[in-house]
Amino acid sequence: MPAATLTAARSLVATPAQARTIGSVEGRRAFAFKEVGKRFGDKIVLDGISLDVRAGQFLAVIGKSGCGKSTLLRLLAGLDRPSSGSLTFGAAEEGHSRTRFMFQEPRLLPWASVVKNVEIGLTGIAGGTEARQRALAMLDEVGLADRADEWPSVLSGGQKQRVALARALVGQPQILALDEPLGALDALTRIEMQQLLERIWLDQKFTAVLVTHDVGEAVALADRVVVIGAGRIALDLEVPVARPRRHGSAELAHIEGTILDHLFSRV
Amino acid sequence: MSLAARLARNGAAGWLLPAAIIAGWEAAARAGLIPANVLPAPSAVAEAFWRLTLSGELIRNIGVSTLRALSGFAIGGSIGFALGLANGLSTLSRGLTDTTLQMIRNIPHLALIPLVILWFGIDEEAKLFLVALGVFFPIYVNTLLGIQSVDPQLVEMGRVYGLDRRALFFRVILPGALPSIFVGLRYALGIMWLTLIVAETISASSGLGYMAMQAREFLLIDVVVLSILIYALLGKLADSLARLLERLSLGWHPAFQKG
Repeated sequence: MPAATLTAARSLVATPAQARTIGSVEGRRAFAFKEVGKRFGDKIVLDGISLDVRAGQFLAVIGKSGCGKSTLLRLLAGLDRPSSGSLTFGAAEEGHSRTRFMFQEPRLLPWASVVKNVEIGLTGIAGGTEARQRALAMLDEVGLADRADEWPSVLSGGQKQRVALARALVGQPQILALDEPLGALDALTRIEMQQLLERIWLDQKFTAVLVTHDVGEAVALADRVVVIGAGRIALDLEVPVARPRRHGSAELAHIEGTILDHLFSRV
Repeated sequence: MSLAARLARNGAAGWLLPAAIIAGWEAAARAGLIPANVLPAPSAVAEAFWRLTLSGELIRNIGVSTLRALSGFAIGGSIGFALGLANGLSTLSRGLTDTTLQMIRNIPHLALIPLVILWFGIDEEAKLFLVALGVFFPIYVNTLLGIQSVDPQLVEMGRVYGLDRRALFFRVILPGALPSIFVGLRYALGIMWLTLIVAETISASSGLGYMAMQAREFLLIDVVVLSILIYALLGKLADSLARLLERLSLGWHPAFQKG
């Protein structure tokens, strides 16, 4: 099992003295990538990524398609192993076991009711009536309590992703990895989901890592935006804008412009 | 709502055509269009049914045949299901056995009848063997196909959420394979009756096929027709049972949800 081996590989090295200023000045560390590289055969996908993320931070990872941003997320969730370098978790993070992954697709089990699907997120954490109670409470949180006993096939795309979000969060993960989970939704549902995600994040204070190709979404949600280009970190930027943020505000637009310039190498 | 639509809704529409055929057949027989030594009238067949029911012969033969069919089905079906699971879940098992099984599958199992008679005589084993062999392949092939077609994204999701192998099998893989397994089940039920009837017709000393062959010897054509009708009914019964099971266990499937 990859989870076991990677937990074992977790190093006990303390935060380096020259720690990255942005990530670790305040609060404890959620996880850190140290010179992480990933190759598939001859193809180098990630080439020495170093990234220190503080607990509770909302990090967005942006890049053109094929830049390795999804690979980064899969390494974080333990779905893949790094070819070089190391990935360490903060003391309370318990490695991958407390990392939850939200996929691009809802990936709900069509043969299980909505609430049973959410209960999957409590595997190894709770069972029986307790699991059901917690799953129902989480469904209430995403506004789908009344659909608990229906089949996923009758839900709309946005509702399915809300169930997937409830499943990811019901186990109260320390780290939530999101792989473009809103990519397939229409623009309005997307904004609704962004607000829901932000509200729950503010409430539960997990560390969120959102991979997206939507720069607007990244600056609207994240505390910190990392741009990946050619397998390396091309830009690491804080988004010091107070919440609640307003879509299309000048401040956000300015940051968005900076990031877009970087993505298309106009600097 | 029209009468036809109402009938269609409660499933009675499917019986309209058989009823019309029987009515037409009776009328043609009474009018002398069909000679009784070619095809007896439905009323004559009904008479034969009543006669054989009273003597207990019919019930006994149906019982014997049903028991044979179900035992053969249980043996062949469970081996097919087990091998389908094993080969779907393990590439090693598939590598070892699939080629052999695919070769055997291409032999029509009824072609083995002469060999089976030499091996087992005309005892029960011969019929069980043939039914089991006939039922094995549809169950095997469809179970294997079902497991191979389970969405790998769901399996990955299960792994990420920490489901162990057992939970992964019972909550993700098996339910995902079930629609395909049911296709195999229904197909196998058809093969089960077909095989049994052929086997009983060729070599048996009891059962429906034997009853029909005996009737032919004595030119009791009404009993022959009765046997054929009972095959049709038993086949339909088995299929209905399979459909019921399908509806009960595939309620999540959009195809089985009532609109």
